[in-house]
Amino acid sequence: MDLLEYQGKQLFAAHGVAVPSGEVAESVADAVAAAERIGYPCAIKAQVLIGGRGKAGGIKIAADRAEAEAHAGAILGMDIVGPHGEGPFRVDRVWIEGGSAIAAEYYASVILDRGEKKLLAMVSAKGGMDIEAVAAEDPGALVKEHIDPTRPFTAAAARPIVERAGLAEDALDEAAEALAKLAETAMAEDATLIEVNPLIVTEDRDVVALDSKVTIDGNALYRHEGLAELDAEAIDDPQEAMAREKGLTYVKLDGNVGILANGAGLCMSTLDVVAQAGGAPANFLDAGGGSKAEAIVDALTVISSDEKVSAILFNIFGGITRCDEIAKGIVEASSRIDLGVPLVVRLDGTNSEQGLAILAEAGLPDLHQETTMLGAARKVVELAGSGS
Amino acid sequence: MSIVVDEKTKLVVSGLTGREGSFHGLRNKAYGTYLAAGVTPGKGGQDVEGVPIFDSIREAVEGEGANTSMIFVPARFAAPAIDEAIESGVETVIAITEGIPVLDMLQTYWKAKEAGVRLIGPNCPGVLSPGKANVGIIPAQFFDPGKIGVVSKSGTLTYQIGNELKQAGEGNSSIVGIGGDPIIGSDFIDILKLYEADPETELIVMVGEIGGDAEERAADFIAAEISKPVVAYIAGFTAPPGKQMGHAGAIISGSSGTAQAKKEALEAKGVRVGESPTETAKIAVEVLRG
Repeated sequence: MDLLEYQGKQLFAAHGVAVPSGEVAESVADAVAAAERIGYPCAIKAQVLIGGRGKAGGIKIAADRAEAEAHAGAILGMDIVGPHGEGPFRVDRVWIEGGSAIAAEYYASVILDRGEKKLLAMVSAKGGMDIEAVAAEDPGALVKEHIDPTRPFTAAAARPIVERAGLAEDALDEAAEALAKLAETAMAEDATLIEVNPLIVTEDRDVVALDSKVTIDGNALYRHEGLAELDAEAIDDPQEAMAREKGLTYVKLDGNVGILANGAGLCMSTLDVVAQAGGAPANFLDAGGGSKAEAIVDALTVISSDEKVSAILFNIFGGITRCDEIAKGIVEASSRIDLGVPLVVRLDGTNSEQGLAILAEAGLPDLHQETTMLGAARKVVELAGSGS
Repeated sequence: MSIVVDEKTKLVVSGLTGREGSFHGLRNKAYGTYLAAGVTPGKGGQDVEGVPIFDSIREAVEGEGANTSMIFVPARFAAPAIDEAIESGVETVIAITEGIPVLDMLQTYWKAKEAGVRLIGPNCPGVLSPGKANVGIIPAQFFDPGKIGVVSKSGTLTYQIGNELKQAGEGNSSIVGIGGDPIIGSDFIDILKLYEADPETELIVMVGEIGGDAEERAADFIAAEISKPVVAYIAGFTAPPGKQMGHAGAIISGSSGTAQAKKEALEAKGVRVGESPTETAKIAVEVLRG
């Protein structure tokens, strides 16, 4: 799960990383009241989970009450599209924080390096801009160092990294301290990514995290109660929220072909094959191993509640999952919910013959059986049409 | 020969007294795997259908000569259970459990490395060597003994491809599910090495998916070290960035970890990549038969 900027900063603060103090607001009135308490100039920042907020007009500096009101009014409710076309994300809250006197902007991050199986610390003196571009243009400007998993990562261990990155001499101690604390935050909070861009040095020579990007390992949420609550409230897509409640692994996409498969790999592959057949998948839904009838009812309820869906594909290869159970689930679901769209079913693997017999006997209207994955993909694309 | 598990495997299952553990452990036994023992702390001295239960893995190693451990315990207790297995004296640990916190696995990974123990998984379906042994949840009925070694991040996708190979009349030396988590004990490269050294394996099918750079690393390794033909499949071309697609490791971060990049990296090193599971199986059969 990804944290909003202010949530990440709160996490930093809890681990001793300096951040500007601020307040979150969901209305213009609250934002103005917060700005009045904080004082001017203050920054009013859109809280959405994408980069490029500044360019999109989602971050503004207010010099007085009138500007705070105007900026909060403009930012709250705006739609922000990410640099890679993500979103749009509607801004439903802003973070108001005191203005910082910036002497220098750096970059610092601690991420999980999957390939090397270690945490990787990265520091650059060139902060405040797109770090991927910095790394591409001038690889030497981004200093990377793996963290030894068997030893504590102290400020002393962090010091050579910030030195090599060429940060200002009189900021090295504090920057090393900050980097060590960011790593501590990652380990204590089960973060797989912590990025601070920019990490600033103020005119008073304090090192402060002016932004935050934090990803928490979803598998570890059980031991972080506060973060788990944030995760639950972060879902604003109605289907994703419904799926979460029912314990289904679901990802909303923007096409019109509803998809259910068993196993994450097979499900991803099903999306690809549908796309190759000229269709646009509406979702990813992994029914999991050993899917029972009740899970199928839940899955179909979620998929069919998406109004864009004009046909649904069931792609099941039964291993542990038994195809007769899946078939029973389909029959049960059809009696309980009105799908209103055609269903293409491909059952293969364990007990597929029994499953197919159950479906044939039920004689469900608008149910189409296919024997291969490719055939099923072509059929569902044909039935789904253009979706308009 | 096969790799990782075979007729010399003496299996100890952590969680054998649980519902999932007993179902799959006994299924593995019914397939012909030598199931030496089960482990559940506090239940030592009991048995599950004649299989002795011990309080610790070490006792099962000492008492029954177990050399392979399978972990079936719930996610939040799994990392310590894997650690226990690593320290118990077994050669191989196969962790099926899904949902283990990744930073726990980071610690466990290095413990296994240091101890020289082969760790497969977590979040994997296990390893099957057709006709010899099955450790995990792979449905053995879709696989015959044969010449194709399979290594995969995904379970059902592997069954799909295995079934197509079987229908085409080909079988497998082994099927290794390495798991869909960001940190796994054995990567493609570790398993490719074993297949290269296995005389029974004549061709390798590698099934990857979005996220991380294990496929790209494997591509370089194949070019440098693997003499046997490799055919690959990659899932997740339609996955959007930033969304976790079921597996904890299946996520495109920014612009890295895409299926397209993996396909291109493999093809650049001469590895043929199938468009679909069906085409992948077809290419494998074609290459195998020359």
